[in-house]
Amino acid sequence: MIYREAGQFRTSYAEDERLFPIRQDRIVMSLLAAVAFVLVPAIGNDYWLGAILIPFLILSLAALGLNILTGYAGQLSLGSAAFMAVGAFAAFNLMLRVRGMPILGAFALSGVIAAGVGLVFGLPSLRIKGFYLAVTTLAAQFFTEWALTKFGWFSNDNPSGVISAQKMVILGQDFETPRRRYLLTLAIVCLLALAAKNLVRGRIGRAWMAVRDMDVAAEVIGIPMLRTKLLAFAVSSFYCGVAGALWAFAYLGTVEPQAFDLTRSFQILFMIIIGGVGSILGSFLGAAFIVLLPIFLNVASHKFLPESLSSSLASNLQIIVFGALIVFFLAVEPQGLARLWQIAKEKLRLWPFPH
Amino acid sequence: MNWSFLVEVTIGGLLAGVMYSLVALGFVLIYKASGVLNFAQGAMVFFAALVFAGLREKGLNAWVAGAGTLALMVLMAFGVERAVLRPLVNQPAITLFMATIGLASLVEGTAQGVLGAQVHSLDIGIPDVPFSVGGVNISQFDLFAAATAAVLVTLLALFFRKTRIGRALRAVADDHQAALAVGIPLRNIWVIVWSVAGFVALVAGILWGCRIGVQFSLTLITLKALPVLILGGFTSIPGAVVGGLIVGASEKLAEVYLGPHIGSGIENWFPYALSVLFLLVRPEGLFGERRIERV
Amino acid sequence: MKRISASPRSLAAVFLAFAAMAALAAPARAQNEQFIPMVDYRIGPYAAGGTGTFGGFIDYLDMLNKRDGGINGVKLTWEECETEYKNDRGVECYERLKHKGPTGAAMFNFLSTGITYACIERATADKIPIVSIGYGRTDASDGRVFPYVFPLVTNYWSQSTAKIKFIGMREGGMDKLKGKKIVNLYHGSAYGKETIPILDLQAKKYGFTVTHIEVAHPGNEQESQWLQIRQLKPDWVLLRGWGVMNPVALKTAAKVGYPRDHIVGNWWSGAEEDVIPAGDAAKGYIAAAFHPSGTNFPVLQDIKKYVYSGGHKGNLEDFSRFGSIYYNRGVIHGILNTEAIRTAQAKFGKKPLTGEQVRWGLEHLNLDEKRIKELGAHDLLQPIKVSCMDHEGGGAVKFQQWDGKQWKLITDWIKSDQSIVRPLVEESAAAYAKEKGITPRDCSKEQ
Repeated sequence: MIYREAGQFRTSYAEDERLFPIRQDRIVMSLLAAVAFVLVPAIGNDYWLGAILIPFLILSLAALGLNILTGYAGQLSLGSAAFMAVGAFAAFNLMLRVRGMPILGAFALSGVIAAGVGLVFGLPSLRIKGFYLAVTTLAAQFFTEWALTKFGWFSNDNPSGVISAQKMVILGQDFETPRRRYLLTLAIVCLLALAAKNLVRGRIGRAWMAVRDMDVAAEVIGIPMLRTKLLAFAVSSFYCGVAGALWAFAYLGTVEPQAFDLTRSFQILFMIIIGGVGSILGSFLGAAFIVLLPIFLNVASHKFLPESLSSSLASNLQIIVFGALIVFFLAVEPQGLARLWQIAKEKLRLWPFPH
Repeated sequence: MNWSFLVEVTIGGLLAGVMYSLVALGFVLIYKASGVLNFAQGAMVFFAALVFAGLREKGLNAWVAGAGTLALMVLMAFGVERAVLRPLVNQPAITLFMATIGLASLVEGTAQGVLGAQVHSLDIGIPDVPFSVGGVNISQFDLFAAATAAVLVTLLALFFRKTRIGRALRAVADDHQAALAVGIPLRNIWVIVWSVAGFVALVAGILWGCRIGVQFSLTLITLKALPVLILGGFTSIPGAVVGGLIVGASEKLAEVYLGPHIGSGIENWFPYALSVLFLLVRPEGLFGERRIERV
Repeated sequence: MKRISASPRSLAAVFLAFAAMAALAAPARAQNEQFIPMVDYRIGPYAAGGTGTFGGFIDYLDMLNKRDGGINGVKLTWEECETEYKNDRGVECYERLKHKGPTGAAMFNFLSTGITYACIERATADKIPIVSIGYGRTDASDGRVFPYVFPLVTNYWSQSTAKIKFIGMREGGMDKLKGKKIVNLYHGSAYGKETIPILDLQAKKYGFTVTHIEVAHPGNEQESQWLQIRQLKPDWVLLRGWGVMNPVALKTAAKVGYPRDHIVGNWWSGAEEDVIPAGDAAKGYIAAAFHPSGTNFPVLQDIKKYVYSGGHKGNLEDFSRFGSIYYNRGVIHGILNTEAIRTAQAKFGKKPLTGEQVRWGLEHLNLDEKRIKELGAHDLLQPIKVSCMDHEGGGAVKFQQWDGKQWKLITDWIKSDQSIVRPLVEESAAAYAKEKGITPRDCSKEQ
């Protein structure tokens, strides 16, 4: 009853092409936006804004990037963190070396630079497929980490190889408090998520999905393989690059190349698998799950485990439970959390008369 | 050019490559039979080595400790089949891959939680000291590792070719559904394959444990095995060996002769870059099965 | 249909989890207590270091509570937070724990350079000091630019000069270094690269040649590096390793026949965990240390008496590690942190203090031989005098040699060469200040 699209007629092309054609979706989305932009900054404290929500949003963005590549275009990648690193170091250097560089411009350009690097590492995808491709993207991962550590220029010759993000100032306003950093991150992430949503339902997105479902068939019906695959790599890397720049500027403040190691790539891959492959919403749900679960387990272990239990065992129990939950979720809902959302919608369509 | 140095680097690299192959073999076995890229293989190596070292420190003799560890690995195979593979049957390969990453953190947590974070040394009585053959130093331990690998590969080849189970395994590797249709019990096959992979993990764990100590970093040798896999092909046992040799030798040569020019410490990415170049020519790896794609 | 019917349950589980999390975040308050956060790591590749150091740290605080009832009657409390050695988890832990306790966190010890870096600006803004003993940001030794960061005891650059001094002693004088060949074998990370500039500087000054050879992380294969070293035939090898890289370096050195007593490691290459896996290959290996191992110190005996006897259980799971390098490093963490609180209490009163007050205590920390003796840590700790200018406070290093069973000290405290270190520290700190728009404090005006 609640979620019923019956009776909503689309009488113009414009209506038919809306991002959210169903009224209930629009209501939920605007509510969500109101909560995220108004309510959360109003009631959230520094801890929730600065240590939970900002990393959640940034990693959602990175997951979104990977989802474009893996979920929509079907190219498995284990190198997302490398593109984040490129983004972070590019933004730092742009701010450092280009006089009068606006911070938003630096973010956008860092995305573009990451996209360029992504293009190069995407080239093998034209020949190599599946897990073979996944393992070759590890070349991007290790090479980037090595190069950023090796060549001092990238970190402005800092003896420890770390970069300290410059102040974020937009139109004379500085964005240093957790609340402002949160709002800035949220705005960027929302903008890019909307762009992604539009991208994947258009011509390009359909071409990606055709390639994902069967690339030989896609080629036969006239989809240019080279352009489509490389575009997926570029767009995906753009998203990861912006996420990396935000990770350095809006979250950590000081980063070293090792902050973007293989574990991070796996973490992002986890997000889209748990959240839902080929789903924008899934990227967010998966990021929430993967960011919050270890923290939740850590907090819970202090509350519920007996004092007498040794701290090492308590820590290990956390990753045991984490691993077990991952396997459990994959077994229960291999399509990811986004699928749960769909099921919930279907139930709501019928509720309260399920038969 | 110093030729004896070149020879020495090459031989050192080839022997290091054998050690990579040992890890890669475990991947190949599981990939062959269940189409799963088992990321938990590194965790299994760590787990097996830790249990083995723990039993040894309790004063058990090497064979008893080995048998005990093997029993535990078989038990684990049963657990994995029941809790991971069976519920995930027919899921996309990527989902299974992620499940094995979850499995890896489960195994790592269990290993460190139950057996402690302490590092252990392992000694099986073969000294890691070199002897000289015509001016080139070769380590006894490396030769022993190479011999072990050779025996292991021969055993596995015989197992696959000559035994009933081995033939069933090959049938499963070719086509799951066809194998099921002719009455091969898929579940048992999985348990057997994971047990065999557990055995390979134990051997790799012991040899690597002697070399670098039994500690968490054993899980990281996975990263050395991955380029070996793509070079040799995910499904080929000889491929794992040849791939290991190529990776080992080329990364050492690159570090020594290329490193001074483009910067040292390139061993992490060089094998990957090499395998990308290689795959561009042969996308299915050295010994991988050629895929024929039809619309 | 089985799959779909299971889904609402897992959906409910997710929501429950989130609800429970919100409920759990409620803070607890207590009175006369000083809260010290324990942001640690007990899983993963570096768990041996984390469990040992934080074991000693927590046991020392526990002992103070049981023996003296805390510091001047103020009970010490702590809470652990697992980071898995990841920066983002560390930042989360920092944000979670910074307001705990009646006066907030006294100070943070991360035992991770990455997390320390990520929290410097946060902590400075929140007015909570960061203590990094033997790691962290080297240029933070300049307290004018980094008022809230205390890389106590000895930093990497000081250690590096002490190492060269030690080699000079072994060679029979610094003038004998001329023409010697030294290889710097370093871990391929920010940490590993940190001593390259200072080594180059010293090479120029003393006339030796230094070759930097990188080992890719994690360093479980070093065949090619050691073959190169054998080709170079250096007089000394400096080992700047981390984790598994250390035992592998020693093993491979044995394999290529390089004498281990000419390898000098730093203090992250000089714990039992770094040599035991190498077995006999580690015999004779020398490493720098800012404290020895061993249980023969009154303070350790007190910990044994108050924490580990009468059925009590300390933080250490495996008592055989009592007195190991990492454990004693933890005890030193305990001593320095609590002595800073004690110093601050002398000024601000015997009550729980804020981070800002503890910062004052850290900056005026002055442990002379007498006080160290009183603490039962004679020979465990070098005299420390921190000031506004100098947040390092010590700067001396001892050298120890592995005899196959344990670490044996082979030198007394060797002073670092601050005439080389200090200008570099100030230069680097000034660059940071400029980048960040910080005006350095004027130390003559500090109280």
